[in-house]
Amino acid sequence: MSAPAGAPARPRAEGGPPPGLPGAVRRLWRRSADSPAPFLLPFLLVYTLFLVWPLLSGLWMSFTDIALNGAGGAFVGAENYAEALGDPLVWRTLGNTVLFTLLTTVPLVVIALAMAVLVQTGLPGQWLWRLSFFLPFLLPVATVVLVWNFLYVEDFGLLNQALGLFGAEGLGWLTDESTAMWSVVLTTVWWTVGFNFLLYLAALQSIPGHLYEAAALDGAGAWARLRHVTLPQLRGTTAVVLLLQVLASLKVFDQIYLLTGGGPGEATRSLLLYIYDVGFTGYRFGYGAAVSYLFLALVLGVAALQLWISARRKG
Amino acid sequence: MAAQSIRSARRAEAARDRARRRDLILGGGRGPRIAAMSALAALAALWLAPMVWALITSFKTEGDAVALPPALVPESGFTLEQYRGLFAAGNIQMWMFNSLVIAVLVTLFTIAVAAPAAFAMSRMDFRGRTALTAFTVAAIVVPPQLLIVPLFRQMVWLDLVDTHPAVILPQLVAPVIVFVLKRFFDAVPRELDEAARMDGASYGRLFVSVIMPLSRPILAAASIFVFITAWNNYLWPFIVTTDPALMTLPVGVPNILDSYGTFYASQLAASMVAAAPMVIVFMLFQRQIVDSVATTGLGGR
Repeated sequence: MSAPAGAPARPRAEGGPPPGLPGAVRRLWRRSADSPAPFLLPFLLVYTLFLVWPLLSGLWMSFTDIALNGAGGAFVGAENYAEALGDPLVWRTLGNTVLFTLLTTVPLVVIALAMAVLVQTGLPGQWLWRLSFFLPFLLPVATVVLVWNFLYVEDFGLLNQALGLFGAEGLGWLTDESTAMWSVVLTTVWWTVGFNFLLYLAALQSIPGHLYEAAALDGAGAWARLRHVTLPQLRGTTAVVLLLQVLASLKVFDQIYLLTGGGPGEATRSLLLYIYDVGFTGYRFGYGAAVSYLFLALVLGVAALQLWISARRKG
Repeated sequence: MAAQSIRSARRAEAARDRARRRDLILGGGRGPRIAAMSALAALAALWLAPMVWALITSFKTEGDAVALPPALVPESGFTLEQYRGLFAAGNIQMWMFNSLVIAVLVTLFTIAVAAPAAFAMSRMDFRGRTALTAFTVAAIVVPPQLLIVPLFRQMVWLDLVDTHPAVILPQLVAPVIVFVLKRFFDAVPRELDEAARMDGASYGRLFVSVIMPLSRPILAAASIFVFITAWNNYLWPFIVTTDPALMTLPVGVPNILDSYGTFYASQLAASMVAAAPMVIVFMLFQRQIVDSVATTGLGGR
């Protein structure tokens, strides 16, 4: 499409200002057509209102004694933070959260990797494997909890019945302080492993086939190919999966709240559960906000550490 | 007919690909193949068993549900009693409808907010572009669960507690989606823009007629990811709704736990109904769901 001779160098924008408008209006119209404002406005509005503002107002609240109903609100300085650092329940629930994160992260990475490697081998039944491993991740927490509650019931629950078959004594899955956390971990692994499984599967599919061909030419068996081709190629993905998993596990709330409510005793109560309890049951918003910010510091610390490690490895 | 033969040819090719991959990874021998197959079957059985057992129990009478020892085939036969009772009560349909409306609106608005912003960050020159991109990446790390306390105060102040806008609005913050879309737009060749701009297209025109149509796969993947997240979101809807008529499925169903006492069969029927829509979505969109997790999950790389 060549412009006719004598046409202005810059072609008139399609859908540009209609002719007959005053010059100033036309200039404004044309300039606004190239302005990022209309593209960014909804984003800025939503993120300012529902991310930046709550972040800032929460920070302010953490220095006040505001309650759920808005009563109080007097500035108390760093009092909430001092109290939080000396609160045995903050340390106990932080300990539970870290324990949960450690106990879930290892199986959620290892089992997901095993599932993906096995599926990637191209054995028949692809559709069934994917469905079995990924489906639980799609279930709402209510379904997951009701199903597992039923499996954990002490007298007729399937798990204790299965233990009975082996002559073992039944466990108090959710009622015994020493096993409750393990039960929460078991449910969580079953529920969420599918997400990591898919991340690994996607990574495996992008490993070039010629690497396997070369290994086969070198006489590497199935096991050697796994160790020397597959696993090294997955290192980057594992770093991502680990980071996402640790951040997700630190935020645990839903399944614990519904399975055990944090009990028995304080055995399974996570930090987020404590923040919820303090703010919404204990009506101490200011204190809850302060604990939230200590938690945010922890999460940011973990993310920064991970970034630092991966930057060092690359450099 | 032609379409059919193309499809069957494609299927044969996919099967050949799989066989070649299998031979490359596992070697030609039978040993590794049998070992891998057994491991797959064992894992799949372990992962399916809880769901299958719950599904079976949901078709039992309450008496058979707690019978000892547990039986695959109940003494008094299978029954639809639990499901009938559930739907007669009416709440579960309402919660499903609420979940659907909320998840669809969250998905539409999230994409409507994220896509133009990602386009501007990827394609337009303006002051503060780098800072805005850095802010988006930083926002990914902030756990939304931490904002519940101030967000709830905000909703009280706006007088929105116990309304659907209160459930929806905070969920529109999805920096991962903005970031993933920006990365995708970055990969679209610049020559396309230049050609469109030469033809006199405005940025709006470029976005709507060039970039968006090219981005259909990533938009579908991101939408599905947002939809699943919104559908299953528990904590925020739980905090901001107390009226049973406004609850979503994940928030409402645990309530049945209280009102029904410990009637396991009906609880499990409720949990199966709550699970059904996502299972159907998975069956229909398996490919896109796999892609959505792969692309959005790796967005942080």
